[in-house]
Order: sequence, then structure tokens, then C-alpha cells
Amino acid sequence: MKKVVEGSHAVSEAVRLARADVISAYPITPQTHIVELLSEYCSDGTLNAKFLRVESEHSAMAALIGAASAGVRTFTATSSQGLALMHELLHWAAGARLPIVMAEVNRALAPGWNIWTEQTDSLAQRDTGWIQLYCEDAQEALDTTLQAFRLAETVYLPVMVVLDAFFLSHTYEPVDIPEQEEADRFLPPFKPAFQLDTQNPSAFNQLAPPNVYMEMRRSLQDAMESALDVLDTIEDDYEKLFGRRYGAVEAVQCDDADIILVTSGTVTSTSRLVLRQLREKGEKVGLLKMKAFRPFPFEALRKHTAHAKKLAVIDRNFSFGAGGIFAQEIRSALCNLARRPLVFGYVAGLGGRDVTTDVIEDIYWRTKTSAHPEGESIWIGLHQPAPAA
Amino acid sequence: MIEVRFHGRGGQGTVVASILMAKAFFQAGYYVQSFPLFGVERRGAPVEAYLRLDKTKILVRTNVYTPDHVVVLDPTLLEGVDITRGLKPGGWILINAPEAPPNLHTYADYKLAHVDATRIAIRHRLGTRTHPIVNTAMMGAFARVLGEPPLEAVMEAIREEVPAKPEANMAAAREAYESVVLLGPVAEAVSA
Repeated sequence: MKKVVEGSHAVSEAVRLARADVISAYPITPQTHIVELLSEYCSDGTLNAKFLRVESEHSAMAALIGAASAGVRTFTATSSQGLALMHELLHWAAGARLPIVMAEVNRALAPGWNIWTEQTDSLAQRDTGWIQLYCEDAQEALDTTLQAFRLAETVYLPVMVVLDAFFLSHTYEPVDIPEQEEADRFLPPFKPAFQLDTQNPSAFNQLAPPNVYMEMRRSLQDAMESALDVLDTIEDDYEKLFGRRYGAVEAVQCDDADIILVTSGTVTSTSRLVLRQLREKGEKVGLLKMKAFRPFPFEALRKHTAHAKKLAVIDRNFSFGAGGIFAQEIRSALCNLARRPLVFGYVAGLGGRDVTTDVIEDIYWRTKTSAHPEGESIWIGLHQPAPAA
Repeated sequence: MIEVRFHGRGGQGTVVASILMAKAFFQAGYYVQSFPLFGVERRGAPVEAYLRLDKTKILVRTNVYTPDHVVVLDPTLLEGVDITRGLKPGGWILINAPEAPPNLHTYADYKLAHVDATRIAIRHRLGTRTHPIVNTAMMGAFARVLGEPPLEAVMEAIREEVPAKPEANMAAAREAYESVVLLGPVAEAVSA
């Protein structure tokens, strides 16, 4: 049934429909609304799950590692400093091959204190072994969360469903919420391949000396590599039931495009509008939405962009001393191709600064009128001159 | 697409008003988007909330800069906040006030409506006498000002979503719908 709900609550509804068994979280803006509604559902009996209140995000993840090891469906949500505090255990969850699902609401890191959207928090966890899927609206956040459980429980890797603070998390819009019966048809109960079991004692995560560790890492990578095909199959089933699919990437009018805007998160949605306006003016522009960041969709990216003259990558994140993180990875994915587009890396919207249609259009025209990128990263909308110290 | 900005103070139900109006418009067949000013809310401090309406899916996910209409839940904001910021000429300004503001010429580019939502809220015992909750009355008045959504859609949104005193809130919305004063284009009202 279609209802007007908050983006955060679209995620909560998906977790309810997934019949999660254990939820553990520590509140942090802008994520709090997600687990707030889930705690209500746990207390009023709507969701038969154990809600564990803990003293930190580190403990929240530790609690889920324990629960998932016992073979049940688990969920948490966090943002920014909370995710940073979890860092050690993110590696653990992935290395132990636990299918934990987490909603990550992108928020800038302090200092200075900032509660607004920026992707640096989640992208800084790129090497932890978590699958990362970026969403552009509340419907996609719901659908992706539901799919995330099946994906996680198929490849035995944890999945991070990533959404922008406020522009998605605190925005109300119509969302088609599946019926429980339909959700059950899509997502059967979790039957773990291994679990802590007092009837069948076994030991997990023991010392892994050099003679086995590397093979364990390789097996994790194999699981990552399989995740894109698995996601595709899961989306086939989802589409049959609900009529919606997203893809690891989505190419919009890329086939004949000279310049392709490459975006993630809510900037994608606003860019669709800019694309339409530019196309009406006769501009040969396309849009590539990056939904999957881990695993990185190398093949799809190359297929949809190799023919273009230029890519304009919009990064709402930054790696100090290097550049926008999507732009870096896209450059490296294309570098061995004989024919490849120039990659323009733009940094915009840090700390929640608005990425408006004007900003996106400006990025397009700069790309069109520049023969080569002015630098590794081009920062858009900086106040000039900088305030005196 | 129509964009609306709501001005109020923390605790008056400003954000809730924008959400409930989104639900009422959705029932009336619109695609909707509603969100608060992204920031830190405090009781009594000025707050803003936004509403977007369209007949097709709304793609833009940015702040609202040039609203078509504004709704002011607290008349004391008229002095401290630029409520016409970015407002498109010809747009409606709906103010919670027993009568039109004294400096009418300030609003010459717009259309004005006012409703005594404070008195209505107090009569229906919404909030307290010193802190009446005026949002549902303002919703009723706003539906009348725009000519949509139908009052019934507003009533339905209140019935479904307001946990406390839904009947009193619906009555307040209806009374405001019936009693809102539509001054219309201010330039004409001033010259008359």
C-alpha cells in the first residue's frame, strides 16, 4: 500500500517486513528515527525481535556479531562518528562472514560538529569487507533494505544500506510498502550455513596463521565478486513480485552521450531533472547512477561510459591528500582501457551544503567547456575569498 | 510543481502541519514531498518546514528557495523573520492573526489571508491557553486558501495521524476553513 512516510521509516518498515530477530543500536542523529520506530514495533509486539540497548555503537556491532553467530537475522543503524567507532568490528563482522544488515545515514564527521549529509563516513569503511549500496529515495531505501537481507544471507557478507541525511532520511514522500505476505515470499527465514550451537559445539574465528589466512581473505573476495550477480538474481525475483528494480549501476541516456554525469545518493535524483532540462536544450548528456560501491561495478561502469568523451563525477565526500573517492575509483577502473573518457572529479555538497540543480548544471557546463580537468578535484561553490584567519 | 514554506516556532506543530498537508494532498492525488529545515530544533525558536506538490514524481531533492506560498503559524515571526524571502510574486501568505497586519504595503506583491487560529485552538482546547497548538486550524485555513485539497482529505489526514484529540483537531480545521479571511491581492486591498 502506498503511504507517505519518512525516509528513515521506510527503512524501519523494511526491517519489520524482514522479521529481523535481533536489533541493537545506539542513537545518533540523523539515524535515530530508524531505530526509534523499530523499538516501538518491538515494544508493541508488531515485530517479534529482541531490541538490545547498548552503551555505544561499538557494543551495538559487537552484540550483532554475537547474535548473527548464533544464526539469527540482525539489524542496526548508525551515522558518522557512530560508524567510525564501529570500525574495528566492521572488519570482524565481514571476516567472520556474518550477514548483518546496517542502515548507514551519511553524516559529515567532526570537527566542526556537523549533522548534515556527506559520504566520507561510509566511504572511509570501504576496505572493511562490507557490501555498500547507495540509495536515492525512500522507495529505494525500503526495497534495498529488504533485498540486503537476502543478499547478505546468500553471500555471507554484511551489507550497508546507505542513505543521505535529511534529503532522504528526514523527507516524507509516497512509498509503496509491501504486505507481510509478499515480503515473506521474497525473503524466507534465515537458515544459516553455520552457527553457534550447544548441541553441535564448534569454534569460530580461531588463530589463522599465514598458511590459511590468505585463503580466507581470498574467499571473502570471491564472495564480494559473486555479490553483483547474486544481487541481479535477487532483483529479478523482487521485480517479479513488486515491479521495481535498480541495478548495481543505472545508465540513463548514456548510449549517445558525450558527457556523462556520475552520481550517487540523492544527487542522482536531482540530476535526473537536470538531465531532462539539458536534453531538452539538445545537449548530449547522460547520467550514470552508482548504487553499488562495494563490490565496485567495474564491468557495468566500463560498458556504459567507455564510449563517452568526458565523465563528470560528483563526489559528496573527500579523501584528504587524494580527491573525491568515487572519482578516484572510477579513474582506476578505466585506466587500462585503450579508449576511455577524461574523468573530471567534482567535490560538492560537503557537510550538507545543498547540491542544487544550478550546481549540477554548472558542473555540466564546466566539463563541456574545459579541454582537460583543472586538477585532481574541482571544488564547487567554495566561498571566496576564504575568511581571514 | 508547487512549493510551500511553513513558518512557526518550535512546539507549535509546524513540521507536523507540513507532513499532514502532504498526506492530505497525497490522498487528493498529488505526488508530495515534505521535510523540515534541516537543523537543530528548539522549543520557541523559529522553525521552517516545506512542502512540494506535483502531479508527477518529484525528482528534485534540495532545499526550497522560491516558494509559491507561505504559511505563518505565529504572527510574532513577522517582525523577526523575513517570511517573504524568495516568495514568488502573486503567492499567498496565510497568517495566523485575528486581523490583517498593520504594515500591509510590505506585502504588496502577494496575496494575503488571515485566520484567528490561536483563538480557534484555545476554544477547542488544543494545547494550553499560553501555548495553543494551532497547526490543524492552519491546515484547514490553508486548504481553503489554495482551494485544495478538499477539506475531507485534511480531515482524513488528521483522523489517521493525530494521536491526541483527533475530533477537536478536526473541528478546529473545519472552523478555520470556514472562517479564514481571504484578502486576496494586497496591492488592490491597499489602493481600495
